[in-house]
Amino acid sequence: MANLKDHLGRPVVAVTGIGVVTSLGVGKADNWAALTSGKSGIHPITRFPTDLLNTRISGMVDFLPSSAKGASALTYELAETAALEAVEEAGFASDDFDGPLFLASPPVELDWRDRFTLYAGDDEGSASERLLKVARSQNSLDMFDTSQFGSIADRLADRFGTRGLPITTSTACASGATAIQLGVEAIRRGECDRALSVGADGSATAEALIRFSLLSALSTNNDVPEKASKPFSKDRDGFVLAEGSAALVLESLESALARGAEVLGILRGCGEKADDFHRTRSKPDGSPAIAAVKAALADAGLAEDEIDYVNAHGTSTPENDKMEHLSLSTVFGERIRKIPVSSNKSMIGHTLSAAGAIEAAFSLMTMREGVIPPTINYDNPDPSIELDVVPNVKRKAEVRTVLSNSFGFGGQNTCLVMAREPV
Amino acid sequence: MANRDVVITGIGLVSSLGEGGAAHWEKLTTAGTAPVIDAERFQPYAIHPLPEIDWGLQIAKRGDQRQMETWQRLGTYTAGMALDDAGIKGNDELSATMDMVVAAGGGERDESVDAGVLAASENRTDLDVLINEKLTTELRPTLFLAQLSNLLAGNISIVHKVTGSSRTFMGEEGAGVSAIETAAARIRSGQSTHVLVGGAFQTEHSDMLLGYELAGYLHRGPWKPVWQRQGSEGGGVVTGSGGAFLVLESRDHAEARGQKIYAELGPVLSGRTKRRNGGLEAAIGALLAKAEIPEGELLAISGSSGAHAATAAEKAALDSNPAIAARALSSLTGHMKEAQFPFAVALAALAVERGAGYPAFEAGEREFAGKPRNVLATAIGYHQFEGMALVSAPR
Repeated sequence: MANLKDHLGRPVVAVTGIGVVTSLGVGKADNWAALTSGKSGIHPITRFPTDLLNTRISGMVDFLPSSAKGASALTYELAETAALEAVEEAGFASDDFDGPLFLASPPVELDWRDRFTLYAGDDEGSASERLLKVARSQNSLDMFDTSQFGSIADRLADRFGTRGLPITTSTACASGATAIQLGVEAIRRGECDRALSVGADGSATAEALIRFSLLSALSTNNDVPEKASKPFSKDRDGFVLAEGSAALVLESLESALARGAEVLGILRGCGEKADDFHRTRSKPDGSPAIAAVKAALADAGLAEDEIDYVNAHGTSTPENDKMEHLSLSTVFGERIRKIPVSSNKSMIGHTLSAAGAIEAAFSLMTMREGVIPPTINYDNPDPSIELDVVPNVKRKAEVRTVLSNSFGFGGQNTCLVMAREPV
Repeated sequence: MANRDVVITGIGLVSSLGEGGAAHWEKLTTAGTAPVIDAERFQPYAIHPLPEIDWGLQIAKRGDQRQMETWQRLGTYTAGMALDDAGIKGNDELSATMDMVVAAGGGERDESVDAGVLAASENRTDLDVLINEKLTTELRPTLFLAQLSNLLAGNISIVHKVTGSSRTFMGEEGAGVSAIETAAARIRSGQSTHVLVGGAFQTEHSDMLLGYELAGYLHRGPWKPVWQRQGSEGGGVVTGSGGAFLVLESRDHAEARGQKIYAELGPVLSGRTKRRNGGLEAAIGALLAKAEIPEGELLAISGSSGAHAATAAEKAALDSNPAIAARALSSLTGHMKEAQFPFAVALAALAVERGAGYPAFEAGEREFAGKPRNVLATAIGYHQFEGMALVSAPR
């Protein structure tokens, strides 16, 4: 009989449903097959012209009905698709989930095509006056919804019958992990037996690409797109902007067992620590990331030598991978050379607000399947980063516990610790 | 058993009325205080503008100030006031263990770049290429960071060294409600000992007005106080720039460090009503029933926006209880979106701490003459999401 309370007397949180969408496909089966065969989802951008752009590749999700309908519509469809897979797997009614919703999604802004439409609706006054005047005369709820930060969660709450006021969170590239953490904490507080945590990002617009590009954050390896994302390689030159989503149904182990649900994994611990050094750069000593990893281990009640695999943040930017190596080697010491550490982003790119959720989903599947997805494009190792990155080819391994890292602009550091089995 | 009642130990406020709890108390308890209104800059919309602020008082480095636009500066400034007020600012240990939940929208776009793109669009058919052309050459690289929602929290970490944890919630008034509700729940459960929570809204930017006006929510024509806008031209909302941050603490934590307690934060309630089916008034009534409202006269700080439907529903729900005397804070500050609920909770805390109510903010609001021990704070979203909290005098 598994313990229903953890080492701190809190309800153990199980995962009973998983859903995922990335540039590799829709659903767990397709994604897992591609991920374990080392396939890349990175491809040339076709959604908009790439004239004058330094980066012309991405991991956009181009195969959904909403893929060309703007960031808000696509983010919603990504979230809905992943959530539906997760809720159905968990065995709950897809229109009556009856637990809270935690959504990680990108900040929204009115799409350029809508700005052009509004502007063209009048011919007097300044640009901003024209937009406002036409906006109030059109009174378009559809356009309005794309400008409201709570709209996507509101629609999802309707769609899935979640309980209460849904929370939309943004902690930059750690958002997906934060959404999971919020769900875990709500269950631990006894506020609910189950929660739906979703990370979704369909915001790879031209403007988003240009903004990241202006910060020199993106790879410009346009010629061979599938080779552009190369975490931990010496010649890594930035991340690849990507889209995707993942959803987890989190449930108290007690509730899951009571209703005979299949337990897909355990969310054992969450840790976070903010960095006060710089808006985009990490503290040089890596102390906030180190503190976040340690906090997650402590929250999980696990020692450093009890982690079998690290699902790295591994963005393929020069700075992140160096800092992540520093923090991992500080926490795990010499043993870090022997712990497999791989980056899903080598294949799916950086899915920003969704990344933490997608990588948690893949971490759980890694444990269930006993197969570690590789870090592809590892042809030119960075000699200063001595890690077993599971280079280029998947590896069979018994994985009982995973640490998944998420680090983001604004000093966001969030780590999750997951386990295959309850204790 | 540890005493994990949630208490309020720090308040930071900025609005068109001024800055700080004391200044707001002074203005708001002086009957007949006139709102500060700018009806010219964004005609036909009136707004409540920011007062003049010496940013250096809370953001010492000019380099930090330059990295932000007004919204982030305003939030960082207001957060600093709350930390100062709670005796935490500059205390490295308390700051490093402090959690943070910020309710945020987005920052300011570059209006001149946008206007340039739109102007050029009149003579172009390849609009997508135009975007690439203009944005790659004209956008300031660091502007992106000034626009990112979570970078208000990021700047608070950098400037004030609050680094226990950093979470940003999005979603208009509801984000402010969830931020306070989550912070309080974390304290009550022992997940946090002290939390910085709040938000800011900078309305003096056409995009911020556009966010309301896409659905026709803004009031037009001569300014009127909140409860009197029904039937007026436009949608009823008059916006204001402002910010509100609170320091929430467990009672044990506050008492152990001898910190003054403004008030106790009681039940925090939130909801999401499917408004298109009607029933908002009943839903607000149901929240009121759960708010553990004590017997007798009750002062309420209403965050109502003025938006016709939501404001009418809230007024009907509040009026149906003759013991409630509501004050619509937006009549004097304008609607501050994500900061609206934290602001209402802050005014409620000031009233119980000072032991006095606020006079009517507009004609027609019920008198309240007593000494308030409990004050209700509400935020019924102009479009979606609802919340309220009961704030009580410290025991």
